[in-house]
Amino acid sequence: MAAGEQARAREALELVFRRERSQILAVLIRLTGDFALAEDALQEAFAEALRRWPRDGVPSRPGGWITTTARRRAIDVVRRARTFRRRAEALARLAAEPATAFQEPVAVAGEDAAWDDRLRLLFTCCHPSLSMESQVALTLRMVAGLTTREIARAFLAAEAAMAQRLVRAKHKIRAAEIPFRVPPAVELPERVDAVLAVLYLVFNEGYTSTSDAALVRDDLCAEAVRLCRLLNQLLPSQAAVEGLLALMLLHRARSRARTGPAGELITLERQDRALWNPDMIEEGRVLVEGALRRGRAGPYQIQAAIAALHVEAESAAQTDWPQIAALYALLLRRQPGPVVALNHAVAVGMAAGPAEGLALIDGLDAGGDLQGYHLLPAARAELLVRQGDVADAAQSYRRAIAECLNPVERAHLEKRLGELIG
Amino acid sequence: MRYLILIYENEDTAPQDPGELDRWHAYTEQLKEAGVLRGGEALQPTSTATTVRRLDGKVVTSDGPFAETKEQLGGFYMVECADLDEALKWAAEIPSVGRGPVEVRPIMEFDQP
Repeated sequence: MAAGEQARAREALELVFRRERSQILAVLIRLTGDFALAEDALQEAFAEALRRWPRDGVPSRPGGWITTTARRRAIDVVRRARTFRRRAEALARLAAEPATAFQEPVAVAGEDAAWDDRLRLLFTCCHPSLSMESQVALTLRMVAGLTTREIARAFLAAEAAMAQRLVRAKHKIRAAEIPFRVPPAVELPERVDAVLAVLYLVFNEGYTSTSDAALVRDDLCAEAVRLCRLLNQLLPSQAAVEGLLALMLLHRARSRARTGPAGELITLERQDRALWNPDMIEEGRVLVEGALRRGRAGPYQIQAAIAALHVEAESAAQTDWPQIAALYALLLRRQPGPVVALNHAVAVGMAAGPAEGLALIDGLDAGGDLQGYHLLPAARAELLVRQGDVADAAQSYRRAIAECLNPVERAHLEKRLGELIG
Repeated sequence: MRYLILIYENEDTAPQDPGELDRWHAYTEQLKEAGVLRGGEALQPTSTATTVRRLDGKVVTSDGPFAETKEQLGGFYMVECADLDEALKWAAEIPSVGRGPVEVRPIMEFDQP
């Protein structure tokens, strides 16, 4: 067998794997009603392709070939299994499905529209009866196609533990009969929120790791964006989805400017704006504007609007702080919480003067909800510097340093303290 | 698929008014009308319970439930639903769900079609 044939086959397979794997997998899950069986059948199909394509040539529709082969394999397994829940139904679905189906949205009994199976898969992986960790792991494994090892590494877990978590989650889906479907319209807003919470968690984990030495784990951010884009594509015109996608893009647009050559943290006001990604910014801005036009703005849209104001400023000095402060006040009403309150206080301090911001921060500190949260003394220090209170600012920096868990952020705070007391 | 809906509540603070009984009756009727009810009972309080174990081959009987918990099992329903989502919707309407947790557990089906 010529090496060229082998290489061509591999290349074609990798393409199918990257572009179509999750789609084919989702179809197989719908047809078989069984996550594990669907994965096995798909894996067998890929193995078969690796054997046959170098010999027979790459088929004209590689994705279709894989799907058909996997379906045949699944039918075999279902027929021969000693026990299989709802065997007759599964066999009927497997036999009836037209060959091209994996590329188009399909209508299913009981649902009010034709949906892409990846959307069904996403909602199933993010079902509220599964733990948050399970939702995240399943989504990354089944929809994003990450390996168990990659997911384990991303969340600093042992691979065996992550594998076990995935097995248990898939088992629960089957044993408790979590339905494989897009939730009905009346449940959709809540269920979309659940999916977005998972994506937000993944993005956040990649954007600011709490214990990793590196500040950004870009691979996780990339996956979160990819998944959110897919969700936006498959379930369009949802303001919250557009809002989260915009928020992620507007943050990611700045990632190259966020760390210096030695891996040190560079805060927003000191970033080299020439390093910001203009395409992501533009995409983010358009999404935010669209999302805000859809009516009552939710937390993701508001946060995205704030991010947009930051990146639209020509320089840090030209940032529209009064507008940002107003948006934080709105966010506080929608999603009350101490961290949002702190961000609001900082914005007020920048818009109306340090004294006003400091008063709000002192109130938060006295309240005790942000005990041990290093960003509070760090924010206080920044405002005190603006006010010219060097001694108090230095003390706040020291407190922030003591409370900070991330080595990169801590180094940044130490640098700021050093600059201050020179 | 059949599910057991297990109803937990703190016995000491559970309401005893006649209105409470009406609420349970109304809920049971809803299950019947929807055609999902397969069974269900209220249990007498844990003060009436007896726990049986075998230790070293000997039968050991003790007074009360097998474990002391903040909320106690007060009753159950068995429902047959299309999927977990449907069972969860019913569980969310249990009259005591605002006061104590309700557990939904699928029943082990041994006859595989």
